[in-house]
Formats: sequence, C-alpha cells, structure tokens
Amino acid sequence: MSIALSEKETAPLNYFLHSYGPASTPTLHLGWVFASIAVMVFLIVAGLLAGALVHKRPQNSGNIDDADKGLQWIYIGTGISTCLLLGMAVYALITLNAIARPPQATALTLTVTGYDWWWKVEYEHADPSLNFVTANEIHIPVGVPVLVKLKSADVIHAFWVPVLAGKTQMIPGLINRQWLQADVPGIYRGECTQYCGLQHAHMALEVIAQNAAEFRQWQAAQRKRLVLPPASDADAGRKVFMEHCSGCHSIRGTEAIGAHAPDLTHLKSRRLIAAGTLTNTPEHRQQWITHAQEIKPGARMPSMVLSPVELTALSAFLSTLD
Amino acid sequence: MTDSTDSPLIRVPEMGRAPLGSDAEIRLAGLWETEPGWRGRLSTVDHKTIGLRYLVTAFLFLLLGGVEALIMRLQLAQPDQTLLTPEQYNQLFTMHGVTMIFLYALPVLSGFSNYLWPLMLGSRDMAFPRLNALSYWLFLFSGLFLYASFPIGEAPNGGWFNYVPMTDRLYDTGPNIDVYALGMVLLGISTTVGSINFIVTLFRLRAPGMSIDRVPILVWGTLTASVANVFAVPVVSLAFFMLWLDRQFGTHFFDVVNGGKPMLWQHLFWMFGHPWVYVVVLPAMGIVSDALPTFCRRPLVGYAPVALSAMATMLLGFGVWIHHMFATGLPTLALSFFGATSMVISIPSAVAVFAWIATIWLGRPVFNTPFLFFAGFVLLFVIGGLSGVMTAAVPLDFQLNETYFVVAHLHYVLLGINVFPVVGGIYYWFPKFFGRMFNETLGKWSFWVMFIGFNAGFFPMHIAGLLGMPRRIYTYAPNMGWNTVNLITTAGSFVFALGLLLFLINVLVSLRRGAPAAENPWQAPTLEWAVPSPPPAYNFAVIPIVASRHPLWEDWLDEGYGRSSLETGYLLMEGRETLGTTPLDARPDVILKMPEDSYAPFFLGLFSSLIFAGLLLQAWDFAVLMIMASGLSLIAWLWPSKALAQRVSAVKPDKGVAHV
Repeated sequence: MSIALSEKETAPLNYFLHSYGPASTPTLHLGWVFASIAVMVFLIVAGLLAGALVHKRPQNSGNIDDADKGLQWIYIGTGISTCLLLGMAVYALITLNAIARPPQATALTLTVTGYDWWWKVEYEHADPSLNFVTANEIHIPVGVPVLVKLKSADVIHAFWVPVLAGKTQMIPGLINRQWLQADVPGIYRGECTQYCGLQHAHMALEVIAQNAAEFRQWQAAQRKRLVLPPASDADAGRKVFMEHCSGCHSIRGTEAIGAHAPDLTHLKSRRLIAAGTLTNTPEHRQQWITHAQEIKPGARMPSMVLSPVELTALSAFLSTLD
Repeated sequence: MTDSTDSPLIRVPEMGRAPLGSDAEIRLAGLWETEPGWRGRLSTVDHKTIGLRYLVTAFLFLLLGGVEALIMRLQLAQPDQTLLTPEQYNQLFTMHGVTMIFLYALPVLSGFSNYLWPLMLGSRDMAFPRLNALSYWLFLFSGLFLYASFPIGEAPNGGWFNYVPMTDRLYDTGPNIDVYALGMVLLGISTTVGSINFIVTLFRLRAPGMSIDRVPILVWGTLTASVANVFAVPVVSLAFFMLWLDRQFGTHFFDVVNGGKPMLWQHLFWMFGHPWVYVVVLPAMGIVSDALPTFCRRPLVGYAPVALSAMATMLLGFGVWIHHMFATGLPTLALSFFGATSMVISIPSAVAVFAWIATIWLGRPVFNTPFLFFAGFVLLFVIGGLSGVMTAAVPLDFQLNETYFVVAHLHYVLLGINVFPVVGGIYYWFPKFFGRMFNETLGKWSFWVMFIGFNAGFFPMHIAGLLGMPRRIYTYAPNMGWNTVNLITTAGSFVFALGLLLFLINVLVSLRRGAPAAENPWQAPTLEWAVPSPPPAYNFAVIPIVASRHPLWEDWLDEGYGRSSLETGYLLMEGRETLGTTPLDARPDVILKMPEDSYAPFFLGLFSSLIFAGLLLQAWDFAVLMIMASGLSLIAWLWPSKALAQRVSAVKPDKGVAHV
C-alpha cells in the first residue's frame, strides 16, 4: 500500500489506512467496502426517515388509517437488506478464507508467550544450540510468511500487530497459531488487546521487518553468547545485576537464569524497553530501574533502591549487553 | 381449568359497572389499597409501586454508572493522564459495565413491565404479586451488595466479562471477584423469578378477548426477553457459582494447572451474554413499537412481522455467542458459521426499522418530546446495527474486536436502543405514572442535548477504534493519534450527561408543578390509558372485555372492528381477585385470588441476601443462620391463607364469556 511508518509518524496502529502484508490487506479492503456500504445504508435510511418526518400529508379526516397499509415497506426494505447482507456475508467468508492460511509455506516459526505485562519471543531451530530468546521485539524477514505460535504464561492476552494481521488470543493451556507477513521493511507496533490486568495499557511490542540479509545478521548476533568485556565498571555492575536482578532476568552465558522477566542477553540491540513503554536509552534504563512502579504502576518489576554508585555500575554493565 | 359444574366453588362472576365513587368502587379501593406508612412500604405487592421502585432504583444506578463513566472519560481525555491509578480505572470500568448492564438496563425495563403490563393487559396485578416484590428486593439488595465493595476499595476489577484465569484466586486475591460472582448469583434469582412472573402474566392474565395477536408489541418484546432470561440466566449463574467454588474451595473448573479450561468460562459467559444483549433491547424496541404509533396517529405498520422479528431475533441470539470469541483460535469453519449467523441476525432488525419508518411515513406525526426520542432512537439503532454487521464479519472482527470500535458499537446498541426508548417511554407514560404532565419545552431541550451529546461522545469512538485504540487501557501515549478523538469523546459524554440531567430536572419539577393529566392525554390506543392517571390501586374497576388491538381507537378506526367494553365488565370484588384467561385466545377461565400484602417477600429477600453476605465474608455460621431465617420467611410466605382458599373457582367456558 504505502511505505512503512517511520518512527516519528503517529497512529502506528492505524490498520484502516495502512496495511503491509497479505494477512491484513484483504481485511483492509473488506473494511472499506463494509464501511462504505454502512455509510450508504445509513444515508438511505436517514433520508427515508427525514422524508417520513417532513413529507406532506392529506388532511386529517379524523379517522385513523388502516393498520394493514404500508406492509410493502417491510417487504421491500427487508428484501433488499437480506440480499445485501447475504452478499456481504459471502464477501466476508471469501476474505476469511484468503487470510486463514498463508499463500506459501511459512519461512520461519517463532513462539510468542504473553506474560504480565511483556512478551517473550522464542526462535527455535532444529539444532537446539541455535535457539535463542528475546523479549518485546520480533524480527522477521521481509516478504515471507511467518508462523507465530501463541502461548500465555499467566492470564489471557491477545497478540495484535494490526497493520500486519488481525489479533489472536493467547490462552493458558492452549497454543494458538497465526501468521503474518510484512512486505515492506519497517517497524510495526503491536499491542495486547485482551484486558489482562493492571498494566494492560503498557503491553506493547514491535515487529521489525528486515530484508533477508539483515535478518540473518540479526539472528546471528542474537545467537552469539554474551562476551563480557574486562572493564572493571562492568564487573561491579555485573555483581549488582546478579544480586538484584538475576532472580527474574536471565542473560545467556551467565549465572542469571531468572525466568519471570524478559531475557536481557542482547538488551542493547532493542529499540524499546518496558514492553514498548520507553525508548532504550541509558537514561531511560536507569529511570526504569529506579522508578518502574511510577512508570508502570503494578508491574512485576519493582522500583529498585540502589545507591548512585550501584546504579552507575549497573547501567554500565547493561550497556555492555550488545 | 376444565369445566367443573358440580364443584361447589364454581362461581360465575358478576358483570356490571363500578364508576368512581360508587359503592362497588369504594369496596374495591378498600380491598386493594396498601396500608400507609412504612409497614405498607415494606409489605406492598402492588405492581405499580414495585414498577416505580424498579424505575427509580435503576435510574439511580444509571447515575452511578454514568458518574463512573465521566470519571473514566476525564482520565482518557488526554494522553498520560494520572487522575486515576490503573487499579481504580479497572474497578471503574468493571463496575460501569456491571452497573449499566445488570443494574440499569434490565431492571429499568422490568420497571416498565411491572408497572404497565397488568394495565396494558386489563388485569389487576401480576400473576404472582409477592414473587414480584421478592424480585425487586433481591435486585435492590444485590445492587447494594455489589456497591458495598466500593467503600472498601475492593470493587470487582476483572471487567464485566470477568475472564478467567485473571479472575482466579491465583491472580486476583482480594474479595473483588467474589463480590461479583456472588452478587450475580443473587441477582440471577431476582431476574429468573421476575421473568417467570412476566411469562405467566402474559399467558394467563389478559383481559377477555385480548387474544395473543392483540397484545401490545411491548408485551411481545418482554415476553421473548423473559423466555430468554429463563434459559440464559441459569447458565451465567452456574458459571459464576463454579468460579466461586474455584476461588473458595479450590475446585478446578477453570484452573489450567489442574486440567481446568479457561475457554469454558468464555463459552458459558457468552452463551448467556449474547442473548442478554437482546434481553435488554427487545423490550425497549417494544416501547418504541407501541408508543411511536400513538404519535403518528395510526397503528404500527406490520404488527405481526414486528412481533415475529422479536422472536426471531431472540432465537438467533442464542446461536451467535461465538462472535464474542472470534479471536480465540477457533477453526475457520466454526468462524464462518457463526459469522454468517451474526450477519443474518440483523434481518429481523431491518423488519422493525422499516416498520417504524413506514409508520411515520403513513401517519401524521405529532412532534412531542416522546416522539423525538423514538425517532432519534431509530437513527441510533441503524448506526448500531450497521457497526454490528461490520463486527460480524470475521476477518474485520479480528481487527475491530477489543478496540474502541466495539465500545462505540455497543454504546450505540445499548445506550441508543435502551436509554433513548426508556427516557422517551418515561416521558410518554409520565402522565400515567404521576397524574401530571411534564414540561414540554424542557423535554425537547433534554432530547436535543442528549442526542447531540450522545453522537459527539460515541461516534468518535468508532474512529479511535479504527486508529487501533484498544479497549480497557487506563492511559495511552501521546503519539498514537488518539488525542483528538478522545478529547471530543470526553466533551460529548459531558454534554450527554447534561441532557440526562435536564431530563431528571424535568421529572422532578413536573412531579410538583406539572399540569394535571387526563386519562389519555396522547389519545393513545392501549388499555392503560383507559384508567385514571395515576391509576387506582385496583387498576380496573371492572375487568374490561377487549375486541381489538386498539381498544381506545375503535371509534376512529375504519368500520369492521369490534367494540371493546371498557365500562361494563367483570366486577370481581369478593376479595382481591382478577380474571385468568386461556393462554392463546383469552377466554375467561378462572377467578384468581390475589394475595394480600405481605412482609414475607421483603424478609425472604433480606435474609437470602444476607446468606450471600455471609458466604462472601466466609462467616459460615452466619450464612447457616440466614438460611434458616430464609426458610422461616418462606414458611410464612406459603402459610395457607383463607383469602386464597378459593383457588379453583372457575367460569364455565361456554356460559362465562360475555361476547359483547
């Protein structure tokens, strides 16, 4: 349709004007056709009603009209409505069929798990040593369909990246499937649309569509184990991290194997933190660590009480998570 | 009741007249009037009193729900607002939904039905007056029960749909959800007994001659809704009871870890929830179908199609619950079926819309305030219906579901189809209720302010939804493109609230200062307008005999219609009595002895509500005590009464009917 949204543009969830892939484009067309029909029908009915209110009538003879007059209004009106609705139903079914399955075999399978209130993203590979986990950010190659398996770790969430595909609920105990495809490189925002508790409002994610080469590069980078530089600052920060953060967060290749919170192995490569709430700058990271409860009240991440020295060290350590 | 000629109880009721002030009329008043003072207030079983109580109570809940909405709109007026905490916001939207759907929309219609049915049908009361009183008390107490959670900051917070597992004890440890679960079971009892009462009243208590094809459409609407209630409410009561068991005793109906199924909740909830949508709109559509023709000075076009469309809507309504669950990962075939059914369900609505427009077109409309509300309603109904068709398309629903588009749709449907007819209906029957006319100028103002505010408030929500704004978020970032629409919505909602306020001012002022109302100020066609305004305690001095669908219009309708007998009819004054008739053709069948006023419904309602309070507080001893107290109230209720002893009196079918 058009080029992908740049960061500065507003309305990143606007699926009624934008669509970037075959899983959502037929729906966009359907939406416009239905909306046009709805407007047209409304105008006709409103016109009839206005006509009924103002049209000139014969003088009142004192008698009240026969009850049976006017039945043809119902016959004609209902007849036309029925034909229109059947046509619309058929179109809706054709569209459903078009988006139910991807046009070609999916090129990539990944599993997204909803947590209160963030997303875990797993890339699996036949060779388990090539598996990796990331959070709140999905990278996909452009132009090919991707299968997304949807799970939930706690309550019901819903996975929705509107300009790429419709939403699907993530239900505990079930694995739902949906596919999406981005035909244009870009950053596409998604949000949880199923009310899931206190921070339902702050449970966003981004899908980053890249051309094949860039995607492979990113994938390779994610598969890398963490190589910690010998800098002393980072060592101090690492200690702080292991003391305060590793109960929930994990960093592959270290003793941090917490599973309740986003994997931070390649934190620095991500654009946003706190499930799409803040951009990933050092200042925001510090703010988030010390004021998580002010930014996302009720989130599982506590506002950490750290001395300035500890915070600086931790921040320096996080900056090494490339 | 079959012929029992030899029975000593058989009695052919006396026919006659009982004009105001006559001995017979004074005797009737003595029989039916409620004791003055607080004792009468607690013990009355008069359907008119109960109906008005329902209306007033439901309106108070509407105001509460409205205030909740306005607070939420302030929070959403601008991005990143901090007026409310997320927890407060979640409690507010949950209670807003619960209040509007359960404590306003249905009870307010029960108010109309309670007040109007016996009057429209030519009866002296509902079939089970004490059950009626119980139904009201339970409604009131369950409302108080739900609202008692607010002062302690533990109001339900799982959304009105209350999806598990978020509402399992694992994720919601406070009493919030228990309040909702128990409150709903309690309210379910009220709804069920009320519905049974309406069904029996419709089939058995119509005036002689009012065959089933002569009842007002409102009665059809409430009948279908009541039948639906009887089927739907037990489903949700069961679901909430199961949830309470899960939470309280660790059963595993919905608990995934131990093999429970969260999807079960969704199915149970929407199997109830979707038909319920029609439960709260069909009687309101009935109000329009009955009252709109009065102002058009002609009968409704297509009585039979409209009545049938109400029933068709209800039947289809039970087959579309999946459309709330399109995004749950169901197979495409199931989605196709339920999507198509959901679109087909708008066909019966089209019948009603064209019937209303044809009635206006062929009539000579008088632009009184109630008419404005009914005509305005038609437009809102069409908008709500069309957005409903859009969401019924499965692929489109994958996008629209859980966004503000759905919020807009459901407000057009529920507010537009319920509140506008209800306010119009209150204006319409105001003279009958209170014996005074309302202020017409203020009435028109209230309509225009409400109508403009409503559309300014809710139409932009469609746009917000198309821009991707999810539902139930307590705040949003400024760069999402939602700022302007939200600001307009908030402004519109306050204008709408102002319109509603004007309506309430009109009611309060006119109650005191309104001009005295005649029996039939609108020259309406139905029976309730044949009695004085306000109606006497016994409704009809004599049970009228009906010969057409429009008893009060027979003089103006073309020849060929029979003449109803409204002044001369069955006297029935040996105690509180009314006439029972056969279900379809309304031939006199039995003299029904109606119960005296009684405290039993109040105490049964009170004690059974206290059972639930005991369960909520886990005060098991107290709950058991209250169960025993309820049992005692029930014994008092059922204690054989001399006045009711003549239960089997019968009118011989062949001789008893006086075909006038």
